[in-house]
Amino acid sequence: MRIKVNRNKCTGCRLCLQICAIEHFQEINPKKAALRIEAKFPDPGRFRPYVCTQCGKCAEVCPEEAIQENENGAYIVDKEKCTNCGECVQACPVGVVFQHPDLDYVIICDFCMECIGVCNTSALVPWEKAPKTLTKEV
Amino acid sequence: MANGLAGTTLRIDLRNGEIKRFPTDESLYRNWHGGRGIIAKILYDEVPRDADPLGEENILILNAGIMSGSFIPAGSKVSFGSISPLTNGHGDSNMGGHLGPMLKFAGYDMVIFEGISPHPVYLYIDNEKVELRDASKYWGMKSLECEARLKKDLGEDFEIATIGPAGENGVLFSCITHDFGRQAGRTGQGAVMGSKKLKAIAIRGNRSLHVHDLKGLRKQVKGIIERTKVHPNMEPWQKYGTSFFMRWSNDNAVLPAYNFRTTYYPDVDKIDGDQLVEKCLITHKACFGCWMNCGKYTKAVIPGKPEVHLEGPEYETGSTCGSNLGMKDINHVAYINWLVDELGMDSMSSGGVIAFAMECFERGLITEKDLEGHTLKWGSVDDVEHFLDMVVNKRGIGEWFAQGTKRAAEKIGRGSEKFAMQVKGQELSGYDGRWAPGMLLSYMTADIGAHHNRSWTITVDIAEGREKVEGRAKIVVYLQHIRPLFDTWCICRLFWGELDITHEELVESLNYITGWGVSVEETLRISEKIWNLNRCHYIERNRANGRFFDYPPARSWEDKIPDGPGKGKGLTKEQIEKMLDEYYDARGWDRQGNPTREVLEDLGIGYAADNLEKLGFLGKPIPGGIPPVRGEKYKPKAF
Repeated sequence: MRIKVNRNKCTGCRLCLQICAIEHFQEINPKKAALRIEAKFPDPGRFRPYVCTQCGKCAEVCPEEAIQENENGAYIVDKEKCTNCGECVQACPVGVVFQHPDLDYVIICDFCMECIGVCNTSALVPWEKAPKTLTKEV
Repeated sequence: MANGLAGTTLRIDLRNGEIKRFPTDESLYRNWHGGRGIIAKILYDEVPRDADPLGEENILILNAGIMSGSFIPAGSKVSFGSISPLTNGHGDSNMGGHLGPMLKFAGYDMVIFEGISPHPVYLYIDNEKVELRDASKYWGMKSLECEARLKKDLGEDFEIATIGPAGENGVLFSCITHDFGRQAGRTGQGAVMGSKKLKAIAIRGNRSLHVHDLKGLRKQVKGIIERTKVHPNMEPWQKYGTSFFMRWSNDNAVLPAYNFRTTYYPDVDKIDGDQLVEKCLITHKACFGCWMNCGKYTKAVIPGKPEVHLEGPEYETGSTCGSNLGMKDINHVAYINWLVDELGMDSMSSGGVIAFAMECFERGLITEKDLEGHTLKWGSVDDVEHFLDMVVNKRGIGEWFAQGTKRAAEKIGRGSEKFAMQVKGQELSGYDGRWAPGMLLSYMTADIGAHHNRSWTITVDIAEGREKVEGRAKIVVYLQHIRPLFDTWCICRLFWGELDITHEELVESLNYITGWGVSVEETLRISEKIWNLNRCHYIERNRANGRFFDYPPARSWEDKIPDGPGKGKGLTKEQIEKMLDEYYDARGWDRQGNPTREVLEDLGIGYAADNLEKLGFLGKPIPGGIPPVRGEKYKPKAF
C-alpha cells in the first residue's frame, strides 16, 4: 500500500501532519510528522505534499541497518539500532525523513494511513497498485 | 502543561528591548478563556483611560487562546488586541492562517508589547530564542512583500505577521497581515503595531502541545470530520468560500452597493463566486487544521497593470470593495483587494472609506482639485489606486480619510455624516441592515464598532419578520455571547454555522483540551462578562452615556432602499430607539445604555461598577430587577 498525492488538491491545512504526530507520539506537533507540506507563496501560489514513496534509499544508506522494509513495503526504523546519524535524511529524494530534537531516532512513514482519513480534498489517497519503481510523487 | 496551553507568556518592553518570561497564568484563562477575553481583561486593567491609542501607554497583545493549535478543526486563530485608534475603546481582531498555532508550538501563549521602540524592530521567535531584531531594512516594505522577504531571509518554515505602509504611517484602519492574505483587519491593530515601530513578528517552533485528553479529543475530531465531509454545505464552501454569498445577499436585499445607498446590485453576476473561481482562482487555501478551505488564492489580471496574487476577495471584501464601489469586473475587485492587502489596510474599512469618498466626490463635497487632478468615480480602479496612494501617504485630503469615515466626515461636514457608514468610528461590514433590523442593531451595539462577527442575524430577520423589530434584541444579545466565544477560544466560527457543529460539541472539545469541565452556560456567562467589561471600558474612556454611542448613521433611517427586492423598505428612527430600549432591557442595563451594578456584580466584575459610579455613568437600578438570563437562545441557519 502506498499513498498517492494529488498535488494540486492540497490546501495546506496540515491536518495530516497533526494526526501523524498524534498517532505515533500521542502529541500535537506537526514537526513530528512523517510527511511535509511545501507552501510556495506568493508566487506561484501552491501547496505540495511530500510523502514517502517507498524507494528504499534510506535503508540502502543506513550504516546501522536500522531501517527494514516490512511486508507492506513500508520502511520501519528500529529505534534501538538507529543512531540518528542523518545519512538517510540526506539520501531521501523527497525530503521525508525527519529528525526532531526530542528524539534520538529518525521519523519515517510507516503507512498507517491516518493522514488519508483526515484529508478532505483527496490530496492524499490510498494507492493499492502503485508501481514499485516510482520514486517521484505524482 | 496538559491543558492546551504552551506554558509561557512573554512581556516585551519595546522602549528598552527587555524581554520577560512568565509562566502562563492558567487562572486567567479559566476566568477569561483567552483570545479577546484575556485581551479585554488586560486592556481594562493596564491601560490608563486617557492613554492615546497610538502613544506609549497603549499595549499590543498577541494571544493564541485556549484552542488554537489543538487539532480541533480550524483551531487556527490568533487575536491581536489594543485600545483601538478607530473606536477609542477595547479593540481586538483575529486572523486565521498558522501564526497562532506556531506561537504555541514555539512554547508561548501570549506576547504583550509595551511602549514604543526607538527604531523599527521585528520580533523573532525560534523556540526558546526570543529577540527584538533591527527592522530598518524591512521598514517601508509592503505587507506581502515584507512577508516574502522575511521568509527568504529567515526560512520558509517561519510564520510571519507584518504591517504595511499604512500601519507605519498611522492610517487608523490598518491591519496586520499573515500567510499572504490572512488579516487581523478590524479596529486598527496595524496602526497600533506601526505606532510601536514593530514591523513584523516571525515565529518558528517545534514543540509539542499537550492537552488534557488527547484520546477523547482525537475521537471527537475524527467523528466531526467524518460527519461533515458529506454535509451538503461542504462542497460549495470548499469551492467558493464565502464568495458564494454575493448573490444570496443581493437576492435578499442586504448587499451594500454604492456606499450603502442601495442593496440591489444588478452587476452582481460579474463579481460573484462563479466569476472568482472561473477567472481568478489559483488554488484553494486553508488555515491550520481546517478541512473547509474557504480561502481562495487568486490572481488579478487587468490590462496595463501587473498580474498580482492575493487571497480573496471573500464575501466581505467582495461586497465592501466590490458592489459598494460599483465595481463590475471580478479582476477589479481582486486588484483592489490586493492593493489594500499590500498597503496593509483592513479591506472592509477601506471599502467603506473609499465608497464614502466616492459619494462625497459625486456630491461635489470633494473635487478633482482635492484629488490632485484625479476623479473618484464609481467603478474606476485607477481612481481607487490613486486615492489609496493619497490616503496611505496622508497627502492632502488623504489625511482626513486615513482616519476613517467618521473623522473624515467631521472634516468635510456639510451633511456628509449622514452617509459616513460607521458606528463608533468603525466602518460597517458587508451587510445593509435597513431591512434586517437585527443586523442593524448588531452593528449599533457591537463592542468594537460596526462589525458583523459579534452578531449576524440576517437569517433570523428573514425567519422572524424583516419589518418587525420587537423581540430581536434578545436574540442579538444571545448571538453577542455565543459568536465572540470563538474569538475567545481562537478557533474559526464558520463551521459552527455552516456545518452544524454545535456549541455543546465545542464545549466538549474545550473540556478535552483543558480538563476544566465547564458547562455551555458557563461559557456564555464568560462571554457576557467580557461584553460587559468592554462596555464599561468604552464608557470609561469616552465619558458619556452608552446610548450616545450606539446610533448608526442617519442614512439608516432617513433613506429607504431605493430599488431591487428591498425597494421602499427601511426603518424609522422610532423603531431604532425601540430596539435600543429592548436591547438595554435584555442586557439588564438602564435605558441610557449604562451597565447596572446588579449585572456587573452578577458577572463577578463589581470593580467595573465602582469605576462607572465614580464617573457618574453607572446604570440606574432596573425596577423589578435584571433578567436572570440575558439573551434568548437562537440558532441561525448560516454563519
